[in-house]
Amino acid sequence: MPVLFFLIQKEFLQIFRNRIMLPLLLIMPVFQTVLLSFAANYEIKNLAIAVTDHDRSATSRALIRKFTASGYFRLAALPPDAKTAEAELASDRADLLLEIPPQMERDFVREKHAAIRITANAINAVKGGMAIGYAGNIVRDFNQELLADPASAAPAAIEVAYTNWYNPRLDYKTFMVPGILGLIVSMIICFLTALNIVREREIGTMEQMNVTPVRKWTFILGKLIPFWLLSLVMMAIGLTVGRLLFDIPMEGSLGLVFLYTLFFTPCMLGLGFLISNFSDTQQQGMFTAWFFLVICILMSGLFTPLESMPDWAQWMNLLNPIRYFVEFMRLVLLKGAVFEDIQQNFFSVLAYAVSVNALAVATYQKRVS
Amino acid sequence: MFFFIRKEFLHILRDRRTLMILFGMPVAQVLLFGFVLNNEIKDAPIAVFDPAGDETSVALTNKLAASGYFHIETRLRDAGAIEPEFRKGHIKMALVFPPDFGRALAHEGRATVQLIGDAGDPNTASALINYAQAIIADYQMAYNQRTGAPVGLTAGTRMQYNPEQKAVFNFVPGVMTMILMLIAAMMTSITLAREKELGTMEVLLVSPLRPIQILLGKTIPYLFLSMINAVVVVLLGIFVFGMPMRGSVALLTAECFLYMFVSLALGIFISTRAKDQMTAMFFSALGLLMPTMLLSGFIFPRESMPWVLQKIGMAIPATWFNPIIKGIMIKGVGLEVLATQTIVLGGMAVFLLALSLKNFKDRLQ
Amino acid sequence: MSPIIARDLTKTFGAFKAVDRLNLEVRQGEIFGFLGANGAGKTTALRMLTGLLTPSAGAAEVAGIDVFRHPNRVKQRIGYMSQKFSLYEDLTVRENIRLYGGIYGLKPAVIRSKTERILQELELTDHQHTLARALPLGWKQKLAFSTAMLHDPAIVFLDEPTSGVDPLTRRQFWELIYAAAARGVTLMVTTHYMEEAEYCMRVSIMAEGRIVALDTPGRLKARFNAQTMDETFRKIAEWGLRSGDMGD
Repeated sequence: MPVLFFLIQKEFLQIFRNRIMLPLLLIMPVFQTVLLSFAANYEIKNLAIAVTDHDRSATSRALIRKFTASGYFRLAALPPDAKTAEAELASDRADLLLEIPPQMERDFVREKHAAIRITANAINAVKGGMAIGYAGNIVRDFNQELLADPASAAPAAIEVAYTNWYNPRLDYKTFMVPGILGLIVSMIICFLTALNIVREREIGTMEQMNVTPVRKWTFILGKLIPFWLLSLVMMAIGLTVGRLLFDIPMEGSLGLVFLYTLFFTPCMLGLGFLISNFSDTQQQGMFTAWFFLVICILMSGLFTPLESMPDWAQWMNLLNPIRYFVEFMRLVLLKGAVFEDIQQNFFSVLAYAVSVNALAVATYQKRVS
Repeated sequence: MFFFIRKEFLHILRDRRTLMILFGMPVAQVLLFGFVLNNEIKDAPIAVFDPAGDETSVALTNKLAASGYFHIETRLRDAGAIEPEFRKGHIKMALVFPPDFGRALAHEGRATVQLIGDAGDPNTASALINYAQAIIADYQMAYNQRTGAPVGLTAGTRMQYNPEQKAVFNFVPGVMTMILMLIAAMMTSITLAREKELGTMEVLLVSPLRPIQILLGKTIPYLFLSMINAVVVVLLGIFVFGMPMRGSVALLTAECFLYMFVSLALGIFISTRAKDQMTAMFFSALGLLMPTMLLSGFIFPRESMPWVLQKIGMAIPATWFNPIIKGIMIKGVGLEVLATQTIVLGGMAVFLLALSLKNFKDRLQ
Repeated sequence: MSPIIARDLTKTFGAFKAVDRLNLEVRQGEIFGFLGANGAGKTTALRMLTGLLTPSAGAAEVAGIDVFRHPNRVKQRIGYMSQKFSLYEDLTVRENIRLYGGIYGLKPAVIRSKTERILQELELTDHQHTLARALPLGWKQKLAFSTAMLHDPAIVFLDEPTSGVDPLTRRQFWELIYAAAARGVTLMVTTHYMEEAEYCMRVSIMAEGRIVALDTPGRLKARFNAQTMDETFRKIAEWGLRSGDMGD
């Protein structure tokens, strides 16, 4: 349909001349991915520990040394009593408190039993839990060493050998970048599509279009297709940056990634289109799009695990396209999932794309008549 | 000037849509995010491969399952089935026993159990392995106690400030901080930009009002409305999410006031630089939202960030307010601990206001 | 067969009647002025005639086609110039012409030759690669008109085509309109500048959704004993005439 061709040509001309849109499309993905990837790190290391050592024996000092040598903890303070120690915790100068009771060494040698106290700042519960976990491990190891007396019977030990698959270095970027890429592409496409359509309405050219023989279908396709194509370009740029800068794994088939993107983008296009039908001005469009996108982003499973969300939230998430994209990117890029593995995700996305676009078209018809 | 402020108020109250956004959105978002943002580990699906299935391995598996952290998703027949389960995203960890586990432990005094984590999500993997190790260590200690072997050194642990380990304690303050700032800053920047666009700003400038009066006059209504917002959000935090309120209410109110002031000042600043509404919105939404979400410590701990990003984070007001809220509400501390943060926020407010005033005056010339 | 016919055209928005039983017949080659104060219903009526809005009641025929049954067929035959000039600000002069040419299905060769002709006529050849937003208002206006005429429509609707333009440019613009009418094009122009009414062959005045007067400017001035159309309009407004009291 040559008319469609003219419309698409016009869109591309406008996009490339748009001072805001062009940088957004090309630079933003790179910028955000880089920023986000460096910031997005839950790794718990370099924890500050404050030690109150009432015992001051060779054993207690050895224990403290073991903590600081572990690489997880650094010694932040040596408060003389519990109250001062609490203050360290309260002012965030320490994440963990270690209290060694008086006579610890003596109790250990005589009764083969002594207890120390560990207190963690649990406001960030996972961080606190991990800190206590690491501390517990250190204490246990220390204990094993102390008890390893060839003369007496050694207690039974269960050794735990653990390995981490898919990301042996536990590199956070490996985990985040694929998801972030999916997120950024989705976000930008939705935003720009909504704004683009609203802008024509706001400045009056849409009315002009309505008087021409251009069919509504053709007009809308003319608005969506350029962004559809651009989403693939953005994905390519993003993957390249991801590979070069972050060395993200690409276990799965890149062809599958692009194929999925091809079918996924209509979800965001449709969403943008839908939002545009309820906005009279670009400002409103931006606000609405921002509102929905922030919710989708925070619920996408990128920042906090999907399984930890309450049930009703997981139901809501079925309507969150970004959640599907993030899951897909991780499964394919990190674990080399094949089509069979992600087919449920894929078909959900297809259903979503069809529904949201149908809804958008229906609300568009209503609006224009 | 009082009439000026009143006009602003009426203006706002008449704009239904804006009102909805101003009050409805924060409530909706706080509720949503408070419930949704959760990194607690609970019922993580795991697979167990236990070919022998002896008493010890079964007891250990049950202990893990009973902890609440783990949920036995599948019991595998062969080791080769582990990989597909990971690939499909069905399990987060695999527990692998050797065939002679119980026997080895009883007769040789040592046995090895293998944990395989899905480090696609390194955080969860580390946490799961950590928890599993702790549970196994507990089991080992109980086992040894039964056989009469020495216990040695033990550690009593305590989770301070948040004994129930609720995730909301970590996220809700951050959500509150973020949303309060965004609303205040966005609203202010748009208002001022709109005024400029419509040309009514010029009318004001020609009037006998001094620039500082105009600025303050425009923002005081928003300060007031934002305080209402802040109160609502804090109450939500307490009554819906069970956040404690251990510190001084007066201090919290004062700090909120300060924070709102900073946010508004930020909004004013953005509007003095933006040409029109669109740009103002753009900058406040993307320019504020992203950095606040990422760099303020709201979701990702700041200690883990590269040095550069930590430094940039210090320029964001939210970074300083987060510890204040957590300090007052959860830890129950006062100004003696929070002095630094308060002073920084105060400084930011003054700085932004002065800068905006300068920009404003420059425009007049 | 009259190119534009409206029969009892009505549009209500909720309780508000924007257009109330409009009856109108514009003759071929006529320059018809559709006047009225802001809010009188002119734009609504125009939008119904161009197929942009569905009426609540009544019918309209443009170029012999029922507008509401076959809006798309009508669109191929008409030209439209909107209040906001309907050019894409971030496309160049040339690109704008090409776009509209393509939309109306003109062949590339035809588009090219027409583009050259328009550029010459409007003296825009040196500025063919200038973005539309950089053009002075008068040139934009003329370009918008030429674009509306690109596919040689027999009927053209112009909605406030001269708003914001200085009187000299306005006169120049009307020359273009005259030239088109001389070629046999039927033009329907809405405006709230009463002086422009003088340029039309016949005018209608709308008030509160109804036509309260319809005749040539000369006859209307005579009837109301006014020197100018402006005076005529004020007198009509003062006397609060209703449709059916005067005119066709």
